[in-house]
Amino acid sequence: MYNFASGPLVWIAFIVFVGGMVYQFVTLLRSAKKDKVIYPYMSAKYGLRSLLHWLIPFATTNMRLRYETTIVTFAFHLCLILVPIFLTAHVAMVSFGWGAKWGTLSDGAADWLTILVVLAAVFFLVRRWMLPEVRFVTNPSDYLLLAIAAAPFITGFMAHKQWFDYETMVVIHMISGAVMLMAIPFTRLSHMLFFPFTRAYMGSEFGAVRHVKDW
Amino acid sequence: MGSPAMKLPELPIVGDPGLDENAKNLTPERIAEVINRVIDRETAARFRVYMNTCVHCGLCSDACHWFLSNDRDPRFSPVGKVKQTVWEMLRKKGRVDPDFIKDCSRIAQTECNMCRRCSMYCQVGIDVAYMLLTVRRICHELEMVPQFMQDTVNSHAVTLNQMWVKQDEWIDTLQWQEEEAKSEVVTARIPLDKEGADIFYSVIAPEPKILAQLIGNMAQIMAVAKIDWTMPSFDGWDNSNMAMYSGDFETMGRVERAHHEAALKLKVKRIVMGECGHAFRGAVYDGPKWLGWLEPPVPVIHAVDFYHELITSGRIKIAKKFDEPVTVQEPCNIVRGRGLGAKLREIIHATCSDFRPPEPSFEHNYCCGAGGGVINCGPPWKTSRVKGNSVKAEQLAATKAHIIITPCHNCHSGIEDIISGYKLGMHVKFFSEILMETMEIPDELRAE
Ligand code: HEM
Ligand code: HEM
Ligand code: SF4
Ligand code: SF4
Ligand code: SF4
Repeated sequence: MYNFASGPLVWIAFIVFVGGMVYQFVTLLRSAKKDKVIYPYMSAKYGLRSLLHWLIPFATTNMRLRYETTIVTFAFHLCLILVPIFLTAHVAMVSFGWGAKWGTLSDGAADWLTILVVLAAVFFLVRRWMLPEVRFVTNPSDYLLLAIAAAPFITGFMAHKQWFDYETMVVIHMISGAVMLMAIPFTRLSHMLFFPFTRAYMGSEFGAVRHVKDW
Repeated sequence: MGSPAMKLPELPIVGDPGLDENAKNLTPERIAEVINRVIDRETAARFRVYMNTCVHCGLCSDACHWFLSNDRDPRFSPVGKVKQTVWEMLRKKGRVDPDFIKDCSRIAQTECNMCRRCSMYCQVGIDVAYMLLTVRRICHELEMVPQFMQDTVNSHAVTLNQMWVKQDEWIDTLQWQEEEAKSEVVTARIPLDKEGADIFYSVIAPEPKILAQLIGNMAQIMAVAKIDWTMPSFDGWDNSNMAMYSGDFETMGRVERAHHEAALKLKVKRIVMGECGHAFRGAVYDGPKWLGWLEPPVPVIHAVDFYHELITSGRIKIAKKFDEPVTVQEPCNIVRGRGLGAKLREIIHATCSDFRPPEPSFEHNYCCGAGGGVINCGPPWKTSRVKGNSVKAEQLAATKAHIIITPCHNCHSGIEDIISGYKLGMHVKFFSEILMETMEIPDELRAE
């Protein structure tokens, strides 16, 4: 089991992830051609101007309206992407196989950032319950997506701390990591791929056509 | 996959024959056919991507005056409205009942102003107004449009103007207003069908029908500024377009084409449009988009832009500034929709001495609650419309102004309803009315 999870499963996960992203991207380009207004309205200048504002904490009006949500969202997403990439255990596995190497996080930092992600997920969960406007639009799938995103962090942490049986825990972690990667292109987690395009389109329509900013 | 049950108070039931009677003709098969056809054939990338990208975070809620004014009732949040309409249609693959379509029409037609404030608050940049316009399209195809709105659209379809104005009525009104204008400014004329004029001035049909003096005012302003202008005696003079908002895009396209073709026929250099927000939006992007043009064939500018030109170029001089405290309603369709906020402020500062800025302002201003065709849904929906914009009443009251300058016809009527509904004791004026009171009329032009 360990051998499967640390070998073929990783390959499958990455192939599905990358293949899925490419598939979604190509479908996006094709259906954008059918949607007559997209290409004529797209503007690099205004699209990037908008993206930039929406990627800087507190650069937009709505981010300043809710400080706590903004801080948590940025912390959650930054750690979600950076921690797995710079994790000693992950880098070690890649360099063991391919020899490639890059900087890593110290153990202590990785632990704390992992805890941060889990706490942020708890914050999102509580927010879904407490705010009527979020609860009203919550589907069961939203809980599932949150769980899929948080699971690799919870299980990775438990494995690292050697809670329960180490080997079982690592295998569970690898499976949950693979599930998350494979889910990204095919669920609403695909906002990772679509975000730059939806934002840039809105920025272009506001900037180039309507002569105003969209933040 | 329903949502967790939430206890929410019943909303008052509003009767509208356009919905109640027409719902009786609907069958589940027809509903499913229309929903699936519109979604499959008429939508593409944006619709699909918006569905897959919305993370159900509710962060767009604080943008919407309906949500803020209805005690943060989640049914009025932008994403809440999409959930109650689009998500359900997709989840059930179009197999919904007539009552559901009735609710969709109420939500999309009467509880969203297409003001697009929410697009500036959604983190991922989802165009909720576009999603709800798609719902309107579906309701239109099912003939489930509020009665007053449909009547307006019928008028557009038959007469190419919004208010069943006949050609002789139109010409008579212009002649009458020319007489009125001449009694103030001797050189005032309303030149009809003048080929090659610099400017074609177009208005919305309620002007000749019920607000004719606005056309007379314009004749005086044009005369004082010595502008070479014209109006057509034939169809295409009305620049308004309610079909754009009812989901009847075929009629919308015909109306916009007639307006632009009138300009081409008259061989004018530019179209100047009167003080109306939605009409401008129709002429500069919704219309051209549908007709497959990137830009209108003849350049189009809004009255605010035109007045700005007249004042900054010195063609119009200000004799005496208006001194009562004024504030402004910044119409979404020209401020959030075309960046005219700064010019609007400049012409107000040029003509008024006591300006009280509203907060929020510029492109963040709240919609008046009347736009997007909502006020055109008529008296049955007035109560919910006024209740759905208490934030506007609070915003205006906080300025302590007496006069609200409102360069948009829909906003004008919408703000008047808010003033009376919340007893604000303020008054609404078009910018042209301020200009009439403040501009210098040289002695040699003055009648008597
Ligand atoms: C699918 C392939 C994956 C494999 C083979 C894998 C493997 C591992 C291994 C071997 C560890 C080390 C456990 C230890 O320290 O002894 C680990 C830890 C960890 N992994 Fe993964 N992982 C994968 C995917 C992911 C993903 C997709 C994420 C997050 C998005 C993730 C987040 C973490 C975290 C946060 C830790 C440890 C946290 C800590 O040190 O406190 N992993 N992973
Ligand atoms: C890299 C680009 C990404 C961007 C720009 C982005 C942006 C956003 C934004 C703006 C939100 C809504 C705000 C909020 O609720 O905090 C959000 C929510 C969320 N994102 Fe991302 N995201 C990205 C990638 C990811 C990835 C890779 C995952 C996980 C695999 C993810 C998981 C989530 C989850 C679970 C939520 C929902 C939180 C909730 O329940 O409210 N995101 N994202
Ligand atoms: S477009 Fe305006 S009225 Fe409609 S949901 Fe968005 S903010 Fe509300
Ligand atoms: S429309 Fe945007 S802000 Fe609103 S719930 Fe969806 S992603 Fe969040
Ligand atoms: S009527 Fe005025 S404020 Fe209201 S939507 Fe139109 S332009 Fe906006």
